[in-house]
Amino acid sequence: MENKILNIQSLSKSYGSIKALNEVSFSLAEGEYASLLGPNGAGKTTLFQILTGLFASEKGNVLINNFDMRSNAIDALAHIGVVFQQITLDMDLTVIENLKFHSNLHGINDKEFKKRVIEELEQVNLSDRINDKVRSLSGGQKRRIELARSLLHKPKLLLLDEPTVGLDPQSRRDLLDYVIKLKEERKMVVLWATHLVDEAEKSDTVIVLNKGKIIKKDTPQNITKEYNKDTLHDAFVSLTS
Amino acid sequence: MQTKHAILALRGLTYREAVKFFHQKSRLLSAFVRPALWLFVFAAGVGSVTGVDPGLNHPYPIQNVNYFEYIVPGLIGMVLLFSGMQSSLSMVYDREMGVMRLLLTAPLPRWYLLTAKLLSGTFLSVIQAYVFLIICVPIINLIVNFSTPIIGWLYILPATILFGMMLGALGLLISVYIKQLENFAGTMNFVIFPMFFISSALYPLWRLKDNGAEFVWWIANINPFTYGVELVRWASLGQIYIPGLIVTLLCTIVFLTFATIGYDPQKGMAKKGKGKPS
Repeated sequence: MENKILNIQSLSKSYGSIKALNEVSFSLAEGEYASLLGPNGAGKTTLFQILTGLFASEKGNVLINNFDMRSNAIDALAHIGVVFQQITLDMDLTVIENLKFHSNLHGINDKEFKKRVIEELEQVNLSDRINDKVRSLSGGQKRRIELARSLLHKPKLLLLDEPTVGLDPQSRRDLLDYVIKLKEERKMVVLWATHLVDEAEKSDTVIVLNKGKIIKKDTPQNITKEYNKDTLHDAFVSLTS
Repeated sequence: MQTKHAILALRGLTYREAVKFFHQKSRLLSAFVRPALWLFVFAAGVGSVTGVDPGLNHPYPIQNVNYFEYIVPGLIGMVLLFSGMQSSLSMVYDREMGVMRLLLTAPLPRWYLLTAKLLSGTFLSVIQAYVFLIICVPIINLIVNFSTPIIGWLYILPATILFGMMLGALGLLISVYIKQLENFAGTMNFVIFPMFFISSALYPLWRLKDNGAEFVWWIANINPFTYGVELVRWASLGQIYIPGLIVTLLCTIVFLTFATIGYDPQKGMAKKGKGKPS
């Protein structure tokens, strides 16, 4: 049986009369890289806020590595690495201080932290900026630090909420390539939310979210074929228009 | 929750608060200058040669207490109050800057994260209170003699910690309901000034009654800040002010409990449908 790392069942969330998420269900297995594709206002960020325990849904369940976010949030959160849409680094602290803060919150001891921090920063080519103030880094570098930070506690599930917002094309490509490498080398489950179709092309699965509902979940190739289009972009436009 | 994990998280939060605090030179300076001004300028202007009569129920060995001595516990309260509100401001700032998400997605119980945040803030508050005491009290003592013994400033440590926790917990509770930094200045005015002025920090409460301000006297008597100040005042003379101990302890628990509820995604603000879809 496939090991479901992320299992979302009938999730619904409203803001007053606006239904942000409506009966959203899907699951992702070990080593699966999925793109959550949807136009602005589709409910992607709301879904991420529920997946990370920041918001509670009115209905439905989220299971992370079989731990229920509602009844066992602590164990569920221990398996999640997350990069939020907004930069969540403390600009007044150095790179190492930011990473140390995160590792303290995740209960990683000093010895283990020293080992992991070098590994992760080398992977994102930023080990030479370890003592620099975060404020002095470029947008792309900040994102790479956030990615390194999200991996320090060795999560099984990596959530990325529109992580390329504000990045130049080269930084976007580098980030995408690195995430694909993570999926292949560490067998992580990756859920990458985006409204940019080209970012979804390399994923194993595309989940199309529109007006709070999942309207498609398939491989990029199958979706393109099903809608008889040449590109995933055209198929996405047909799906959401 | 493992003890090791809990200690690491507390250490991480305290380290971050301390680094940020010591980086902000103006905050460091104002934490000391503000009460020093009150002590050296306000007390010098208001205090009389005959001293102040602290009323019927007080810990002092004499009935005419030097005004400089009288307002020191109140000024300690002022340091703690500003520091507590500063921690609250940092919570609102962290929320706006996104750092709060990091805290709230940590695999630790929400109540513990908030308690750890409170303890780290209180640690800084108490340090500021002692910096004020160590610098100002010896200077004042060159001019006037205090009936408070030197060791009395050590006795106040537990009272200062508890008082600091109460004000920090109030700050956390306030931060639940403030959604933007811009709203914070107003809240500071509505919390800091009334709490400080309508209390026994600057004058004995009997004077309010004596001057016919019965209503203000009544408010001062239900103001938890008064109880914190009195707890510190009595502790400085080696005595425990039981009503102060009970009120500060209870208020700390109540404020922290409501703050935890406020930050709980299943019970707090998120449940009420606040926020925006995207």
